[in-house]
Amino acid sequence: MNKIWIITKRELRSFFDSLMAYVMIVLFLGFSGFFTWIFGSDIFMVGQASLQSFFGISFWTLFFFIPAVTMGLVAEERKSGTLELLVTKPVSDWQIIAGKFLAAFLLICITLALTIPYYITVASIGKIDHSAVLMGYLGLLFMSASYISLGIFASSITTNQIVAFLITLFIGIFFHLVFGLISMSSGGWFAGLLGYLSLATHYESMARGVIDSKDILYFLSIIFTGLLGTELVLSRRNSSN
Amino acid sequence: MEVSVENLTKSYGFQKAVDNISFKVNTGEIVGFLGPNGAGKTTTMKIITCFMGPNGGDVKVGGISVQANPEEVKRRIGYLPETNPLYKEMPVIDYLHYVAEIQGVHKTKIHDRIFEMVTVCGLKSEKYKKIGELSKGFQQRVGLAQALIHDPEVLILDEPTSGLDPNQIVEIRELIKKIGREKTVLLSSHILAEVEATCDRILIINKGQLVADSTASTLRKQAQDKEIVKVSIEDGDRNEIYTGLQSIETVELVDLLPEYTQAFEVQSKPGISSRKAIFRLCVDKGWSLTEMTPVERKLEEVFRDLTIIK
Repeated sequence: MNKIWIITKRELRSFFDSLMAYVMIVLFLGFSGFFTWIFGSDIFMVGQASLQSFFGISFWTLFFFIPAVTMGLVAEERKSGTLELLVTKPVSDWQIIAGKFLAAFLLICITLALTIPYYITVASIGKIDHSAVLMGYLGLLFMSASYISLGIFASSITTNQIVAFLITLFIGIFFHLVFGLISMSSGGWFAGLLGYLSLATHYESMARGVIDSKDILYFLSIIFTGLLGTELVLSRRNSSN
Repeated sequence: MEVSVENLTKSYGFQKAVDNISFKVNTGEIVGFLGPNGAGKTTTMKIITCFMGPNGGDVKVGGISVQANPEEVKRRIGYLPETNPLYKEMPVIDYLHYVAEIQGVHKTKIHDRIFEMVTVCGLKSEKYKKIGELSKGFQQRVGLAQALIHDPEVLILDEPTSGLDPNQIVEIRELIKKIGREKTVLLSSHILAEVEATCDRILIINKGQLVADSTASTLRKQAQDKEIVKVSIEDGDRNEIYTGLQSIETVELVDLLPEYTQAFEVQSKPGISSRKAIFRLCVDKGWSLTEMTPVERKLEEVFRDLTIIK
């Protein structure tokens, strides 16, 4: 656990040193703030004391920003050779992966924490459903964790950050949109399967304020699959080929 | 702590990078690992440091196998990879702190260890600079410092002086020698002079196989086992002299030296000198012997014999 935290600390610092963190935070707050308060179906237009519009926007902004955060995590280390240095230190591959995952996740947590003033503002305007807001944030965190896990996997299979970014978006868009769309236009067990695979379905049910162990299980299995894939890619150097 | 490599084999696809290699590096010994590019030095080192797994055989560091307990092996080893990868955006002191933490150096000792490494490796004036801003020589020192930070008993250095200027090479060599007194060191290189200057023993590897394992002086002796002399003989027909020299019993080989008309290189049979016989031959035939110099074979030639002709 200690080793994981050491790696997390270094990664987090490098996010802030490389300005990545600041750019990410400013852009996210800018986008989500603009659409939550000023433009489109914003809070004043909806006329309800709820953060539904914010959650709707964040669902998309995070989808695009997370790959940018994760793209360098393994790819850059592989390219510069520091990965060799890291894996020859007394840490396991799992500790390395967990450390990197945690760093990206904490960055998202920090970013989302900065939107808490939105909640305070809305709560002071009208009667807000506190548990719905809590669940909405929880949904965003689960979704972020899922994409971070996919992003780290994509980052581990290439040395090119841009390629990692695009692969994450490519895999992500299926969970984010495509499975849901196909599911709607088809029927039977196939539609049910794709409906279950669609991340949007699970996110929306959470954002509505419903907590279901099925949804949590879904997110956890995506996270686990992504991290397991990364571990397999990293350990491939050991295998006899 | 000794490192023993036992029947190690590693292949990439169909190509065998390391083919059934066995050797030992004893405690307190500095061993040079020599070989042409692509001979399998780096691969062997990557297996010792647990970066890659072997296809066959095993490596034991202090009796612990790299396959059974890689984490313990990694704790005992300090490794400087060939490319010396570093986090360029980190300041030297922060980087060393990070490596110390990850190597499990105790919290109360981290500060002292960093101070010691910065002093030993001569990084005092550069410690707050970002690694990327340092010159290649200083980056190499940072690489060494990170390999040494947890006071490992075994040091694996892959071409520690590559890309340095002559002054830096001398400094780094001195540093390795100083450190190597108490530690087990395996360093790779393709510069013979360097290995001779720093190492107690030399391993030569070629095409994945070990072709020599001895000290520099033994290798040199081995090379001078056969006496070679350069002789110049005048006042005689060139071909006649050639056949005359060849007819001496103790002579194995006579070479005409193309750039001179009357000079020859005479190689004797192992362990015997032919100098007296050559002199006598000249007296008998009435030729004038104007030059007879022993030709010293360089270590480079031994290396070439071992790695090219075989």
